[in-house]
Amino acid sequence: MTDASLHTGPAAGELEREAEQADNRSRWMLSTPAIVIICLAAAGPLMVMVLYSFLTPGDYGNVKWEFSTQAWVNTILQRDIFDDTLMWADAHLSIFWRSLSLSLITTVLTFVFGLPTAWFIATQPPGKKEFWLFLVTVPFWSNLLVRTIAIQELIRAEGVINNTLKFLRIIDEPIQMMFTDFAIAFGMTYVYLPLMVLPIYAAVDKLDFRLVEAAHDLYATRWRTFWRVILPLVKPGIIAGSILVFIPSLGAYVTPRVLGGGKNLMFGNLIELQFGQGRNWPLGAALSLMLMAAVMVALIWYVRVTSRERADV
Amino acid sequence: MKMVAGQELGTTGMAVNSDAVAEEPAVEARRISKIFQGETEVRALDDVSVSIRRNEFFTLLGPSGCGKTTLLRVIAGFEPPTMGALYLAGTDISRLPPNQRPVNTVFQNYALFPHMSVANNIAFGLEMLGKPKDEVRQTVDDMLRLVQMEALKTRRTSEISGGQQQRVALARALAPHPEVLLLDEPLSALDLKLRKEMQIELKRLQNETGITFVFVTHDQEEALTMSDRVAVMNAGKILQIGSPQEIYQHPAERFVANFIGESNFLDATLSGGTVDLKAGGRYDVTVPEGVAEGSVSVLVRPEHASVRSGPAGDGEMSGTIETVVYSGEATTLHLRLATGEPLKARSPNSPGEGTLPGQGEEAAVSIGAGAVTVLRD
Ligand SMILES: Nc1ncnc2c1ncn2[C@@H]1O[C@H](COP(=O)(O)OP(=O)(O)OP(=O)(O)O)[C@@H](O)[C@H]1O
Ligand SMILES: [Mg+2]
Repeated sequence: MTDASLHTGPAAGELEREAEQADNRSRWMLSTPAIVIICLAAAGPLMVMVLYSFLTPGDYGNVKWEFSTQAWVNTILQRDIFDDTLMWADAHLSIFWRSLSLSLITTVLTFVFGLPTAWFIATQPPGKKEFWLFLVTVPFWSNLLVRTIAIQELIRAEGVINNTLKFLRIIDEPIQMMFTDFAIAFGMTYVYLPLMVLPIYAAVDKLDFRLVEAAHDLYATRWRTFWRVILPLVKPGIIAGSILVFIPSLGAYVTPRVLGGGKNLMFGNLIELQFGQGRNWPLGAALSLMLMAAVMVALIWYVRVTSRERADV
Repeated sequence: MKMVAGQELGTTGMAVNSDAVAEEPAVEARRISKIFQGETEVRALDDVSVSIRRNEFFTLLGPSGCGKTTLLRVIAGFEPPTMGALYLAGTDISRLPPNQRPVNTVFQNYALFPHMSVANNIAFGLEMLGKPKDEVRQTVDDMLRLVQMEALKTRRTSEISGGQQQRVALARALAPHPEVLLLDEPLSALDLKLRKEMQIELKRLQNETGITFVFVTHDQEEALTMSDRVAVMNAGKILQIGSPQEIYQHPAERFVANFIGESNFLDATLSGGTVDLKAGGRYDVTVPEGVAEGSVSVLVRPEHASVRSGPAGDGEMSGTIETVVYSGEATTLHLRLATGEPLKARSPNSPGEGTLPGQGEEAAVSIGAGAVTVLRD
């Protein structure tokens, strides 16, 4: 209730309050389905994860209902098997690091290839745009695993790339590409490229090309027009694309598994391992929550950076 | 590539060697054609030659689709001409990209950068020219004062009104002090009152800055009130170039006469330096080039025809009043002449009872000396 409504007399205030309550009530009722879905689909499983991360692993997977913080300790520390001293869990940390750097590399690569692609599509004449957009979405039609195996076919020792290079006598011995970080980055870039292209396309498509002309008219070279006018205007699309690529990359599972082989694990594989062979559900839950936290931090940082820039202008 | 060409042309604060180039037109188009290839070929500019003087307020006037914007875009460098050459202060700039031409544009939709403040928009051109920071700041402040926008310096351009955006667009284009300012219907988005204000404002800015203005409009009144000279265009061609008086009083062609002001077209016979109107009367005329003796069409402006009641005397035309239209400061009579030709006559309203003939009356029409113009059809 605001001050103003107090001065309108008790009767009026009463009426207003009632109207407001009715309003609130209907608003609540309208949003009930959404709230139910959010609780069931997001909050519920999340609570289960939090709960599991504080329990003790069962002998054959699952959990024992005994409180323990061991899982959380084990995310970054490990106990030496001989003298029981705590030390950094190097294996985990290097997997965190690899996930982070591969995700960043993937994001950068999808941007480098995605921006020109999006630009090309957005500048096509109206009838042709739809055709190119359609082509971009074609990979979504097939299963991720199938697409990843197709990449394997390209890069393996006897694959298309190596055979072509050998045929052209550029190389004698096949280049080892399978089961390297390169393979993972290559695969993820391929898989997530559409997620970068589409939001950037939307932004470029909205771009008013008369602004580009205005910049040229005001003595800007192509390069400076790009930095000073085009990039700031399509930035929302670039940010959206980066988020859409970076987040699933961080938790990627199929691509590193197929292309990275057993040894180049990423975070997603580490988590999967805990629920599978590792039989350590609490650790898996704790690692998942850590991944979520990392994503949240990245998102908050993004929002901060972009809103500060808006305020700067 | 820091404005090499621009410096040669003396742009942006560089002192122009005015003695050497005083005779050179600011802009000269020589036989420019522009053909757009598409499903059908569009000849947007058809052999256009025009020479725009220094410090001139030059207006391109013509109906929609006649090629006004295309000509501006050729001058700005956005469209390469299909044929012909473009000179700026005597230098051929046909192959120069827009960012190297000392020419700025006020776009029809303003095209202000939405992600920048008013001040940053105005500073953009100066920054791209690599001007030192204090000079940029100083010029931006001067420009803001010039267009009376100091108070809104830090606003985003999406948060100001249409008229204010228009001023910012002007300031942004004027800030680098171009040789030539191109304005593509800059007032068409404004309401009538603001439009009148901005017309005066634009004239003032042109006087104060001494920059050559090339102004595009399809509003004939705007063209007549603002310009030093007007070029009337139709279908990719320039039909006539002249001062507003010349264009209005002595249009060369029927199209020009029709497009500017109201017109009566009458049949006549030309012989020597005189015409005999079919409806009656003989007048001395100047004969434009390319008009043969014999049957011609002449123009009479409605305000140059005077009407009185009664039968026609010698050298007068007789007709019947069909309609009388009162419009405040003037009354327009619509007559049917004895030859069957329609004629409009307008006379200013004087205080007191009018002496004009009424509807259905027989009337005599006479035309003032020098008010009959022979048209090249
Ligand atoms: N990029 C283009 N491609 C094809 N045709 C074009 C292009 N630009 C202009 N035209 C055509 O050229 C002709 C002249 O266009 P222009 O824009 O110069 O007219 P305008 O005189 O500015 O008209 P308006 O008063 O409506 O702005 C028109 O027939 C137009 O359709
Ligand atoms: Mg136009």
